[in-house]
Amino acid sequence: MAVAESYPDDLRYHPEHDWARLEGGEAVFGITWFAQDALGELVHFEPPEEGATLTKDQSYAEVESVKAVTDVIAPLSGEVLEVNGAVTEAPETVNEDPYGAGWLVRVRLTEPTEVESLLDPDAYKQHLADS
Amino acid sequence: MKLIYEKSQAGRRAGRLPEHGLPVPELPDELSRTEPPRLPELAEPDLMRHFTELSSRNFGIDTGFYPLGSCTMKHNPRVNERLAALPGFRDLHPHQGEDGAQGALRLCWELQEVLAEVTGLDAVSLQPAAGSQGELTGLMLMHAYFGDRGEDDERRKIVIPDTAHGTNPASVTMAGYELTPVQTDARGNIDVEDLRAKVDEHTAGLMLTNPSTLGLFDEHIEDIAGIFHDAGALMYYDGANLNAVCGISRPGDMGFDIVHINLHKTFSQPHGGGGPGGGPIAVGKRLEQFLPVPAIVREGDRYGFDYDRPQTIGKVRGFYGPFGVFVRSYAFILAYGPRLREMSEVAVLNANYLLARLRDAYELPYDRLCMHEFVLSARPFKREHGVTALDVAKRLMDYGFHPPTVYFPLVVSEALMIEPTETEAKETLDSFADAMLAIAREAAEEPEQLKSAPHGRPVGRLDEVKAAKRVLVRYGFEEHPDLSGEPAAAAVADAPKGV
Amino acid sequence: MSYLALTDADREAMLEEIGVSSIEQLFAEVPAGVRLGRELDLRPAMTEQELTAYFEELASENGHIGAELSFLGAGMYDHYVPAIVDAVLQRGEFLTAYTPYQPELSQGVLQAIFEYQTAICELTGMDVSNASGYDGTTVAADACFIAKHATGRTRVVLTEATNPQVRQVVKTYAPGFGLEVVEVPHRDGSTDPDEVRAAAGDAACVIFQHPNFFGVLEPAAELAAAASDVEALPVAHVDPLSLGVLEAPGRYGCAIAIGEGQSAGNYLSYGGPHYGFLAARSDFIRRMPGRIVGETTDAAGNRGYVLTLQTREQHIRREKATSNITTNQTLLALAGLVYLSWLGPEGLREVGETCMALAEHAKKRLGLPLLFANQTTFKEFGVRLGRPAQEVVREARERGVHPGYALGRDYPGMDDVLLVALTEKRTPEEIDRLADVLAEVQAP
Repeated sequence: MAVAESYPDDLRYHPEHDWARLEGGEAVFGITWFAQDALGELVHFEPPEEGATLTKDQSYAEVESVKAVTDVIAPLSGEVLEVNGAVTEAPETVNEDPYGAGWLVRVRLTEPTEVESLLDPDAYKQHLADS
Repeated sequence: MKLIYEKSQAGRRAGRLPEHGLPVPELPDELSRTEPPRLPELAEPDLMRHFTELSSRNFGIDTGFYPLGSCTMKHNPRVNERLAALPGFRDLHPHQGEDGAQGALRLCWELQEVLAEVTGLDAVSLQPAAGSQGELTGLMLMHAYFGDRGEDDERRKIVIPDTAHGTNPASVTMAGYELTPVQTDARGNIDVEDLRAKVDEHTAGLMLTNPSTLGLFDEHIEDIAGIFHDAGALMYYDGANLNAVCGISRPGDMGFDIVHINLHKTFSQPHGGGGPGGGPIAVGKRLEQFLPVPAIVREGDRYGFDYDRPQTIGKVRGFYGPFGVFVRSYAFILAYGPRLREMSEVAVLNANYLLARLRDAYELPYDRLCMHEFVLSARPFKREHGVTALDVAKRLMDYGFHPPTVYFPLVVSEALMIEPTETEAKETLDSFADAMLAIAREAAEEPEQLKSAPHGRPVGRLDEVKAAKRVLVRYGFEEHPDLSGEPAAAAVADAPKGV
Repeated sequence: MSYLALTDADREAMLEEIGVSSIEQLFAEVPAGVRLGRELDLRPAMTEQELTAYFEELASENGHIGAELSFLGAGMYDHYVPAIVDAVLQRGEFLTAYTPYQPELSQGVLQAIFEYQTAICELTGMDVSNASGYDGTTVAADACFIAKHATGRTRVVLTEATNPQVRQVVKTYAPGFGLEVVEVPHRDGSTDPDEVRAAAGDAACVIFQHPNFFGVLEPAAELAAAASDVEALPVAHVDPLSLGVLEAPGRYGCAIAIGEGQSAGNYLSYGGPHYGFLAARSDFIRRMPGRIVGETTDAAGNRGYVLTLQTREQHIRREKATSNITTNQTLLALAGLVYLSWLGPEGLREVGETCMALAEHAKKRLGLPLLFANQTTFKEFGVRLGRPAQEVVREARERGVHPGYALGRDYPGMDDVLLVALTEKRTPEEIDRLADVLAEVQAP
């Protein structure tokens, strides 16, 4: 289950350890390798409802491991189109594949200009190094 | 070992009731029980064996050294059990009027006086059931005090150091306040400059334990008191570490306005596997009118209740508090008298002795004399040998000791918080130190011994991830799953990595 | 009398190892300005013998059960505590252990809590129970906290027929939780479901006690339905010893079941310590306050028990915790488990039936006007005395009988009402004596 550390080039990152994959007017969100490694094996995912409004920089869900629980921060604002039921069923999917099968929600972006505030992979890696 | 339900056989029972020969009234169908509860069905001999077997799988202070930092695992005197069981206490109904409870009321009143003297404050309520309930009560008192002054709406913030026990922030939330964290400096004191920047007219108060969870007395406590009182805020003392300073320095004299005392820590109420405890609070005069009702008062040589407290916050639990706990704690205090000071001196001596013996083999994050407890770090073992504080703790079990507190406080990585208490003999301290030194050597030479520990206990390290995912929190009878067939986790859940 | 074990030689050797010459030096960092500087003003130390004499003197000044014949109830009851409870609780491995943070050393306590959780779920018909709350009042506050977070609503409804101390504690906690508390009055001793439905429109939960404070059986299923109809969580506050004869709250639509555990295995002890129990449907498991023990295995497949879902608790979630409870009431809950195991399902049913039989007999034998003649009661009932109940209590006590609880301090217009409790410890002869004493003190 220990997947190697990586920060894919096609994603953009939020300093609170979340990623966004941009797909036109929509985006998919998840948590980064760093976040899942820090938490340990996830045992629970508390998702938002479909149709819920997410606000950039605010918490929209919770993930829980045995020893810690943390808010998941929205990297961008949007309306939830889909929640990844596979992660609700098997939260450890996030640890196994944080950027692929471990995606959390798909949204319709409501403030596309916010994308400019996100970090590219190098900037995020620098952010990790600085912390 | 089987669960008690797995030992049940239909039709067996232990207890019998006397026959009364009276007709049993009918209950309307819609209220009547349809399925009986599946309680255990055993005869008394097997019941006694079951609980005896359970007890043999448990470790208490009576079993051995239990240096759980922040918990003050001192000896529980047996005379106190006898006194609490005196029928005049044990069988006294709480609705018995004052006339029929003078002995109990006098005991409560005298305990209040004693706690006021020990804390250096003026008025006491014995009502809160535990330290964390005392904290919540204290925060409610803050609301009441500021409400009375018309300042409650502006003062929303409580300052808590980053070393605080987890109950403090949780209490803040339950009381409807906001948390302002303040940092700890390199000497283990509150960072006074950080504090100065964060305290203002929106601050309601401070929650602090002194000595802190690092086992260190805050050298700037007078400055800290000045900062809060100048801002018109209140100071709350978490009494978890009172064992270090009884008769030496009193929270009231340090500047605190509200104090809770943990009777199950400082004053020897047995911990009971997780409770009961007692969390009485002491306050300065200006907060007395807000204390929970009823107050226990004395007029001449008569003791009674005073419910006429129009500004009381109300009631935080039933009746007057955990009375059985008061009996034991009061007896403990009377056994020492003014020599309580010696209790704290020896607690501090024992801790410093262990610190002296262990400081070279483990990393010491704060190089100072400690108070009644101290924190070491196993970080070098992790770095050099891949061995963690958790592994050290598990290996200590093989040496016959209960481990210290691990991974707390959060400001120290791979923390081991050790509190011996004053009731330990030097030989015990030496055995423990020898074991810790042996483990330090094993960490370097035979790390597998630590990683595979504990050995010889009823179970090895348990899969906490599986527990959190399967969520089996009661026996399911015919439907109860057999978890042993399920794949074991690759690595049993590790300690938090400081998210 | 002290419990210290160091000799003078020990102290010297230890000071030397530390590198100081006196204990005083260990306190060097305590600023002079905060030093006490004098001896504590406490009475001189007592030996064990002196303690015993003093405490026996204090104990002798109390009118405990046994010193007088008592029919006091009103939330705490003189039920029989079998000797096996004492024997188990005095085992040092239970008594002197702390919270089972190191599960390999604590399988005894952990398994016992798991067994207790199971027993509470069986009694209440719920899916999950915690390891205990402080008492029967604070678990009501806990239930409100769960309901607020589950529903997002900020009002809670309590029935007036619920124990006054329970209501008072909920009201004390409510401001900090941001909750508004509304009460539904009783009608002739019980609660009207229509009134509950009307009051609970915007409520997070409805808490009703069953049997209620008057000893009366509420229309429990209808009250639960009334709450559910308006999407408030139904919460039943129940007597554990009634659950052998009364239906389990989980079977009539409740979301949460709470109560005071004292009747099941704890001595009265002037009001504490006891334990509160709290159980809920599985939907609420992640919002449960307090400790929860779960089953798991070790690497070899051995079954074992651990504290689980600890992320809810204060020591991980910190400011987002479901509660701040740490030390709870484990030992008293263990007493509850031992007691319920001693009774078994047959015994639990018999206790309930015995209490009801004795209560019915007492009603007839006393021959006094019943407070709520049209209501079915469980083990307690009110009678009207025609004069202040507190006076009757005083006069009866002079004759060695405590006849019951004077209800007037809690409800208007009831100064002449006595709440009489019958537990399985009472006998027909004792009821005769109560009847005689009451007749005596009532005589003009």
